[in-house]
Amino acid sequence: MWERKPVLLLVLATAAIMVGTIVTMILPFAWVNTDADRIATVTPYNPLEQEGRDIYIREGCNNCHTQTIRPLVTEVLRYGDYSKSGEFVYDRPFLWGSKRTGPDLARIGGKYPDAWHYKHMESPRAMVPRSNMPDYGWLKNNLLDPQSIRHKMDVLGFPYKQAEIDALKGKNEMDAIVAYLQKLGTGIPWRKTAETLVVGELHNPYQDDLTVLDAGKALYMQHCAACHGEKLQGEIGPELTDLDMPDADLYQILFNGFPEDGMPPFSAIGSDRLWKMVNFLKNEAKH
Amino acid sequence: MEKPNYNTDIVRSFINWGIIWGLVAILVGVIVSLQMVEPALNFPPYLTFGRLRPLHTNAGIYGWAVGTTFALFLYMVQRLCKTRLWSDKLARFQLWFFNATIITAAITLLLGYTTSKEYHELEWPVDIMVVILWVAFAINIIMTIIKRREEQMYISLWYMMASIVGVAILYIVDGAEVPVSLFKSYSAYAGTNDANVHWWFGHNAVAMVLTAPPLAMFYYVLPKSTGVPIYSHRMSIIAFWSLIFMYLWTGAHHLLWTPVPDWIQTLAMAFSVMLIAPSWGSVFNGYLSMRGQWHQMRENYLVKFLIIGITFYGLQTLQGPMQAIRSFSAFIHYTDWVPAHIHMGTMGWVSMIAFASIYYLVPRVYGRELYSVPLANLHFWLILIGQLIWTISLWIAGVLQAGMWTATNSDGSLAYSFMETMVEMYPYWWARVFGGIIFLIGVLVFIYNLVMTTRRGEISPASERAAVEGRA
Repeated sequence: MWERKPVLLLVLATAAIMVGTIVTMILPFAWVNTDADRIATVTPYNPLEQEGRDIYIREGCNNCHTQTIRPLVTEVLRYGDYSKSGEFVYDRPFLWGSKRTGPDLARIGGKYPDAWHYKHMESPRAMVPRSNMPDYGWLKNNLLDPQSIRHKMDVLGFPYKQAEIDALKGKNEMDAIVAYLQKLGTGIPWRKTAETLVVGELHNPYQDDLTVLDAGKALYMQHCAACHGEKLQGEIGPELTDLDMPDADLYQILFNGFPEDGMPPFSAIGSDRLWKMVNFLKNEAKH
Repeated sequence: MEKPNYNTDIVRSFINWGIIWGLVAILVGVIVSLQMVEPALNFPPYLTFGRLRPLHTNAGIYGWAVGTTFALFLYMVQRLCKTRLWSDKLARFQLWFFNATIITAAITLLLGYTTSKEYHELEWPVDIMVVILWVAFAINIIMTIIKRREEQMYISLWYMMASIVGVAILYIVDGAEVPVSLFKSYSAYAGTNDANVHWWFGHNAVAMVLTAPPLAMFYYVLPKSTGVPIYSHRMSIIAFWSLIFMYLWTGAHHLLWTPVPDWIQTLAMAFSVMLIAPSWGSVFNGYLSMRGQWHQMRENYLVKFLIIGITFYGLQTLQGPMQAIRSFSAFIHYTDWVPAHIHMGTMGWVSMIAFASIYYLVPRVYGRELYSVPLANLHFWLILIGQLIWTISLWIAGVLQAGMWTATNSDGSLAYSFMETMVEMYPYWWARVFGGIIFLIGVLVFIYNLVMTTRRGEISPASERAAVEGRA
């Protein structure tokens, strides 16, 4: 019968489409982003961060970088604590992405110091050899417009102070996007809670073993040289020519990092490789 | 019955513009694939990967697929209803407004005006243009169907109507946003809700833009090409209703392991697996329609495109549900496997059917025989080989990448840093560039063949043309 009545077909098709729509798309509004999801420490973006987020959107960063960490062992190891619904309540639009050409950024905030991000945005390959990310140094040439940012904050209903708006004067788009990156994933104190304590006596299995120096050097070049320089001379991070401390203490530093100073923990690369790096560093520091 | 005076001018125009935007999509696709291997090819601010990639997808989906859909729907609705279009003026408006919208979309995306929602990046003023365009199109199609001179509505008309209402609902709900300036808006939904609404759109746009319309074309063009009717009317009915009912439940399979509530993920997974049935209903209906006609695969170039196209649809709708299973998704999601899957659909299924449909239409709306069948065969092989190189290399890349991401040492630490996994992708990304270029050459052969057809093709005998057109 419906094969002869177009209006009836349209009504039936709409009804068929609406069943799944109501169950999986409309009903969830009753459960998602409600008070049960709220996390007290998650705050709205400040004006500079919000503008940085808009620049991130404009440049299509979400085409290559995701912002959700799945509760899977290797993802939590690689990126940090898995994502919670309550962390995204101020995100309009969501930026979870669908493809990781570059790494996930959900917990990038606080991982590196600002200086690392400025240098990396300007020239990704200077910090990460063979990266295929485009250069974004040109963002520095564009000054922010405090009035339009204030308007955006009003539309979003986010709190801000006049001082924050005034402080935008003279700031450029690079400042904004770095501020946004540093905010990402900091809504919950996950670094503190995720910190693993190394217990028991730490013993260097490669004590005085010079054969692992090459491996240690390769690891240093890959993970540390961007901040501490190829010859340990320092740049973004301090110089490492004076490491007068027990191997176990140096291991602890590599394992946990100094989150407050922007040095990420390297626990995920495993103790074997950490000890090789310890050997390399101690050996270099001697010379 | 006296042959109605059909409007073919509008069909010709939409074919031309659909192909032009398709060419743009493929060219930009080759450019962005090169940018992935050679970052120096990014020219900020307008020509970076981040801005060109949405231009590639929008030109492909809305320019090429929708442009071809418009051409085919406007042609089919007249034949299947045995009447001229309800309004020629509205159709003319639709053509010009379609191009105005696509041009505005391209310019605004390059300028960085984007909502960032995948496959729905257009900012609110362009969204409004899309809605106006769709309403004009919908009115004309529905009114033509209502005043038809053929009692029964053929399968293709069901799919046309379903996609018209489906796209309308999806686009308006997902596009809801709060403007802050002429080209900047914030989504009406936040965080997890926004993600859930968006992938309800993202996945079902695939249903309503990239599945239902090509199925409408397939069900029309296949029997026309083979001269034998569709195998089972009843099977079409079951496949149609179960497809449009089940598709809408599955959007959240893009959000497995995210903070979206578990029960939504589970429903999405279950319905995705069930969706194999209606999808394969159409595949089998297509194959069974070929009973006793398989020799046409060799003799009739149209059948070759159609049957290989529906085969890719079958593969795609087996792979899709597989990816929607949690354990498989944990492994493969976010890797290069995902673009491989998408491109098997867009290059293998949608484009194959679109090429076949255009080859079917052009001789009819121009009254000329196709210029060269060997060139059409060359086109077929180039796009098939290009597509296979493209997708197979990225399937391998995706599995390699996933394996490296999840590899751990015996002490539980990660075996590879992210960059170590990324640099392994370069050879496969080069293979993609290569596959894309072969596909592009195939499309250039197609365009050359069509241009020559309209200029130099032999004029079909009028009587024969009428006989072909008279068959509903």
